[in-house]
Amino acid sequence: MAKFDISNIDRRWIYITILLGALLPLFVPITFAPKISPEVKAVYDYIDKLPPGSVILLSFDYGPSTLPETEPMAEDIMKHAFINGVRVIGISLTEEGALLALKAYSNVVKEFENYGTIRVNYGYDFVFLGYKSGRQAVILSIGEDIRKTFPTDYQGTNIDDIPMMFNVKNYKDISLVVDISSTNTPNDWITYAYSRYKVPVAVGVTAVLAANYYPFIQTGQIIGLIGGVKGASEYEYLVNQKIQSNWGMKPKRIPAMRNMSALTVAELLIVLFIILGNIGYFSQKGNKRR
Amino acid sequence: MKRFLSRTLPLLMVLIFGVLGAIQYFVPHKVSQVYYRTILTWSIGVSSMAVIMAAISFLRYHYKKIMSSEGDTLYSSIALVAFLAMLGFGAFGTDKGSLFYQFYQNIFVPINSTMFSLLAFYMASASYRAFRAKTFEAALLLTAAIIVILGTTPVGSSIFLDKVTMWIMSIPNLAQKRGILIGVGLGATATSLKIILGIEKNWLGG
Amino acid sequence: MTGVLLIAFLIGQSAPKGFTFKAFDTPNDQGNSITLEWSGDTTPIKIVRIFRADNAVGPFTPAKILFGNIHSYDDKDVQDGKPYYYKIILITTENEIIASPVLGPVSSKPSWFDMSKLPLFIVLSFYILVLLYYILSARKGKEIKLRPIAGLNAIDEAVGRAAEMGRPILFTTGLLSIDNLSTIAALNILAHVAKKAAQYQTRLIVPNYNPAVYTVAEAIVRESFLAAGRPDLFNSDDIFYISSRQFGYAAGVTGVMLREKTAAHFFMGYYFAEALLLTEVGASTGAIQVAGTDAITQLPFFIVTCDYTLIGEELYAASAYLSKDALLSATIKGQDIMKAVIIAFLVILFFVAIGAESLAMKVANLL
Repeated sequence: MAKFDISNIDRRWIYITILLGALLPLFVPITFAPKISPEVKAVYDYIDKLPPGSVILLSFDYGPSTLPETEPMAEDIMKHAFINGVRVIGISLTEEGALLALKAYSNVVKEFENYGTIRVNYGYDFVFLGYKSGRQAVILSIGEDIRKTFPTDYQGTNIDDIPMMFNVKNYKDISLVVDISSTNTPNDWITYAYSRYKVPVAVGVTAVLAANYYPFIQTGQIIGLIGGVKGASEYEYLVNQKIQSNWGMKPKRIPAMRNMSALTVAELLIVLFIILGNIGYFSQKGNKRR
Repeated sequence: MKRFLSRTLPLLMVLIFGVLGAIQYFVPHKVSQVYYRTILTWSIGVSSMAVIMAAISFLRYHYKKIMSSEGDTLYSSIALVAFLAMLGFGAFGTDKGSLFYQFYQNIFVPINSTMFSLLAFYMASASYRAFRAKTFEAALLLTAAIIVILGTTPVGSSIFLDKVTMWIMSIPNLAQKRGILIGVGLGATATSLKIILGIEKNWLGG
Repeated sequence: MTGVLLIAFLIGQSAPKGFTFKAFDTPNDQGNSITLEWSGDTTPIKIVRIFRADNAVGPFTPAKILFGNIHSYDDKDVQDGKPYYYKIILITTENEIIASPVLGPVSSKPSWFDMSKLPLFIVLSFYILVLLYYILSARKGKEIKLRPIAGLNAIDEAVGRAAEMGRPILFTTGLLSIDNLSTIAALNILAHVAKKAAQYQTRLIVPNYNPAVYTVAEAIVRESFLAAGRPDLFNSDDIFYISSRQFGYAAGVTGVMLREKTAAHFFMGYYFAEALLLTEVGASTGAIQVAGTDAITQLPFFIVTCDYTLIGEELYAASAYLSKDALLSATIKGQDIMKAVIIAFLVILFFVAIGAESLAMKVANLL
């Protein structure tokens, strides 16, 4: 058997350690109470203060490969809105997002059915208008009249026959735009919806993209930011606390917090490997000097 | 004649369309819009031709692999069958409930996610090998990397590393990004000019 | 009938003092558009009704109804050169009615220059003049000294290594199409690598993601082998198309690395999340790897997994460096001059901003 060299560990050992580390939280429920960052709290507080009956627009712009990061964000924004009696209009600027939006909505409906406290009704609390191509044109046209671009919902029901849309014409009737995205759609929402129509915009993106949107918080062009699994787990924690305090029950479905646990374990392992690599490197250097 | 077709004509076309393209950007007049739309239609047409060429290349490459019996015929067979099957299913529609949609959702999407998740393993092995404090700069990079990794975990947040992470990401990190982007912008413009003027001819094969 | 009376009543209303209405040809456009604007102190506007006529006395016919707190509208249903007259009626949330006087005559016309792009035009013109100056002085025989870039020297070294080992070279041009400049920069480097490969009689494999880039890459490699005097070594089967799906492409390229045992890998152009998948597998095969990209989010991955990485503008400078052509290298000096100008401009603005702020604070303190 070859001698174990700490500065040159076979990559297969690294892979298997990461695999076990990431799998661990699926079997042993370890969750950490997250420290809520101000940019996530800002989004939460904004939605929390909206009066019941307000309408928010949720844009589902993420793809299947980023589901673990983005889907919990979309679900938790919906849950938070429904608990507060805020209505949600869903749209998609990407083709893939449209296929995933209804999946997220049905997850939320199922979860609320289990609680048995409030009922979420399609057409009253939520409507999904589907996907339309031509990002900027779609965003701009909602500023004039949402009926122009979306005359019907995704099932073909006339928008004027959907009760929650009776009083919704354009951004004036929309309290907040939330864009959950795995691509650069937030740029378009900021440039066209915020700059032109002054509608507040909140952004939820993957961790890789999050760095691009911090400057927009400083300039006040977005009200807040949910970044990656970390941001999602913070929002989920806040929403779950609300469910617990409102209805006295502890939510069992915690995908973002569970993903965060897996990510934390994996990240700690990566740091451990970096440290091991350096220990190996310096001990080798020491040996050579001797 | 051959030299004219393979050299002079392409360079002449690049000069004419390059200059017109630059002018078009600053001219909102109808004439300029019509020109832009025409060029766009042509480029779509040319790209569609390229797709056919690519499909032929794909079929030829895998067919030859299967015929040559070099040992990796299995993967090429799967590639060919998958290509032809999806082409066939697509002909009968791509709506929800169609075979194409089912295969896309239940085979392509999971395979895609699997490939994407490999990044976690590769990131671990790459950072293990690369982050060694061999020089002062490397030590600096290593420290920043550890702070940013820990800063995004609950462990790091509890010892205020999240604030340091935020500073690293929004000040030094953003500054270097902008610096690189300015350089890229200048480099790209200079390359464009050299191609338009026919000084850069490497894209024609030197 | 009541509708007609209502319109007549509305048009008869006049604007309160301090409220302004404007109608003008939409600037910087292709024509067929007149912009209407209104502003003043009022409660939020609920409904906007726009009427239009061909002459000042009417008849005014309804042209558009808008809902919401809107303060401008572009009427795109107009003919260029024809005069129009407008009357705008605003109804506020408190049902107050504000009406404009007759606006016009106003006609639309197309613009020949987009004035909003003037600053860009000036900067770009200045930069092009600087570049042309250096190109012309290089033509007169003035030599430009370039500092060595390790990553660029490594390109020839990598080709040489593959030749010594008698194993193929792998070259990828990124995921963007042919209309992207980083792809073109990658293709310029491909031409150089192909010539070297032909000279050293080494196999060059180019798997492609984009169909258009595939056709161009094949032509470039063919011409380069011809230019190097070895058209007999060119094998069109080595330049092929894999897939236009990101991870399908990554799987295909890594498969080629493992099966063909390539000894030198070049990753040039623009990449996304597949970057690390390609380079980490490449690193595990022990091949020498050189990357060059302006994809900022992927740069860290290339830097940790490749032997050499060309960062941002180095990708664009590569062709000039490698060909050692005086004319090609000339623009690099121009780029540096422009960079110095931009840095100086930023420093001046920085101090102006600080000065303005401290002045404002002094004034505030005095008050």
